[in-house]
Amino acid sequence: MAIVFKKRPGLVAYITCGDPSLDISREVALAAIRAGADVIELGVPFSDPVADGPVIQRASERALQHGTNLNGVLEVAKQIRQQSNTGLVIFSYLNPILQFGLEKFCAAAAEAGVDGSLVTDLPVEEAGEYLRAMKAHKLAPVFLAAPTSPEKRLREVAKHSRGFVYAISRTGITGTRQELAGDARSLVERLRLHTKLPIAVGFGVSTPEQFAEVGSFADAAVVGSAIVQRIEENLGREAAAVSEFLSSLTGTAQEAVGRS
Amino acid sequence: MEETTSNGQSSTAGSPPGNQAKQPRVRAVPGRFGSYGGRYVPETLMAALQELEAAYAAARKDKAFRDEYHRLLTDFAGRPTPLFHAERLTQELGGAKIYLKREDLLHTGAHKINNCIGQALLARRMGKHRVIAETGAGQHGVATATVCALFGMECVVYMGTEDMRRQELNVFRMKLLGAEVRGVDSGSRTLKDAINEAMRDWVTNVRTTHYLLGSVLGAHPYPTMVRDFHRVTGQEARKQILKAEGRLPSAVIACVGGGSNAIGVFYEFIKDREVKLIGVEAGGRGHSLGEHAARFDGGGPGVLQGTYSYVLQDLGGQIALTHSVSAGLDYPAIGPEHAWLHDQGRAEYVSASDQEALDACLKLARMEGIIPALESAHAIAECIKRAPQMDKSDIVIVNVSGRGDKDIGILRENLAF
Repeated sequence: MAIVFKKRPGLVAYITCGDPSLDISREVALAAIRAGADVIELGVPFSDPVADGPVIQRASERALQHGTNLNGVLEVAKQIRQQSNTGLVIFSYLNPILQFGLEKFCAAAAEAGVDGSLVTDLPVEEAGEYLRAMKAHKLAPVFLAAPTSPEKRLREVAKHSRGFVYAISRTGITGTRQELAGDARSLVERLRLHTKLPIAVGFGVSTPEQFAEVGSFADAAVVGSAIVQRIEENLGREAAAVSEFLSSLTGTAQEAVGRS
Repeated sequence: MEETTSNGQSSTAGSPPGNQAKQPRVRAVPGRFGSYGGRYVPETLMAALQELEAAYAAARKDKAFRDEYHRLLTDFAGRPTPLFHAERLTQELGGAKIYLKREDLLHTGAHKINNCIGQALLARRMGKHRVIAETGAGQHGVATATVCALFGMECVVYMGTEDMRRQELNVFRMKLLGAEVRGVDSGSRTLKDAINEAMRDWVTNVRTTHYLLGSVLGAHPYPTMVRDFHRVTGQEARKQILKAEGRLPSAVIACVGGGSNAIGVFYEFIKDREVKLIGVEAGGRGHSLGEHAARFDGGGPGVLQGTYSYVLQDLGGQIALTHSVSAGLDYPAIGPEHAWLHDQGRAEYVSASDQEALDACLKLARMEGIIPALESAHAIAECIKRAPQMDKSDIVIVNVSGRGDKDIGILRENLAF
């Protein structure tokens, strides 16, 4: 178990856990792994997701209505880990982790077989205690780099990240876009000067063309809202729909996945 | 805003207020009030916050900026506001002598204009011609729309649809002033959700847009900067009471949503240890989570919308819904400096229920001919409870942060004559 990108571009697949249920989140994650995902980002739903667009906002609301909490997400991680060695990253806003307890979270995540975490609203400046706890439990902190980040910030982001660095393709919130902004390529080039870690590009990747384009300048692509939307639109056959979508995205042969 | 002194307090955040003139005990951490405050935002916004922090630091050292700010406060907003001795209310309550700080007389009807003038000047200085804001009661939205009209800036105001319903008049006022009002239909459809949406806009348009945040909330430098732009209220009140009475008040009372009017009137008195500072939160219609907005009575430390402070939340860290009859107090977190004043024991925080606020509103209208905003009525309600327990030699200042014109619809729904 580790964060390894086997081919280029690698695939990081995000799901909002608990939408529509934790059991289905687990099945979707396993299907995504079979469809070629190198890393699964397990999203912890939050009541006030300021960095997210409408698709993930709606998924978060649904997941919270079903009572999803961080404990449940860690349980899903544990179940996935029993069946797969693929990289697992917890993707959360800070407050659910704070209330759980930073140290307790890291211990529980390590225990569940998680590889790392990304906390959307925790910039490097505020991350001292978090970094200490992550290090103590051999977890990989993944930080965001933005097109608006000046060189000094990119250097800090690179310095403190482990596993990979998440480059935000454009200013804005999560969600699919027609085309990737020119921001993405130049950000990856700037970031490359500061790190040898793999760089994953996210925010707006939803078509095979975009996926391939990311491969021309970065190590991996993060696909989030497009997956969450497939789940929203395919109630009852979520895992199959996500598997089909990801296979078409990566161009790999599709495996039959447990259709219901 | 005075350059010489506005520097001191924030740079010694973490040390008890009484020690500020001497050696600070804790190393200066910009943007921290004890352990509260900070800057918890997505990376995309970090550069903009640092740019804003630098621009503000430069502006407040610039005499031309300060002169322009004070000129507009005087000529445009109508400062100084009077400190009014409420004789009939004092007699009726039979205790402390009551003074009202009349922020309700300011242009646009509330204290919010102080901060809007300051931030609009700053936005212009930074070359940002598009301004966004959130609003709860609509007072900050109206004040923002007003300064944008004054400076010829594009203005977009986010407002929860529930608040648009209960503050219909202010929605129209904003449109009249040329602002675009965008309804927010998520969550509780109130102030918190409007801030989420404003942050999403800012994260998208950060290169061209200034986010004119309306309270002492959010990531650094907002809590410090917004407080500085409201300090003028307390500076005036302190001078006025010394002139009128030759001594300091026993207590200063203000309502607390995010806490901008309260910190504005409190700040000059923090060093005067004998002056009690009393913040009044919205007690709503019940004690259980979701029925009120009293962060110090049911909330705990957490991070919401960029800052670490007291937050109403569940055990899993999900932010709770809130309720108050006054849209301006209907918010699950409190400004981080208030959290610090609370923990230090320097300020006391209490709550007033919806009904107490409505009763207080009616009482002030009938006794003094002043219809306060429902937010400010919470401070009046605490004064009504407290003044009779105090000695006749005591003096109380209540900050009437806004006027009640905007609340006529709600008052009509709730008061039968």
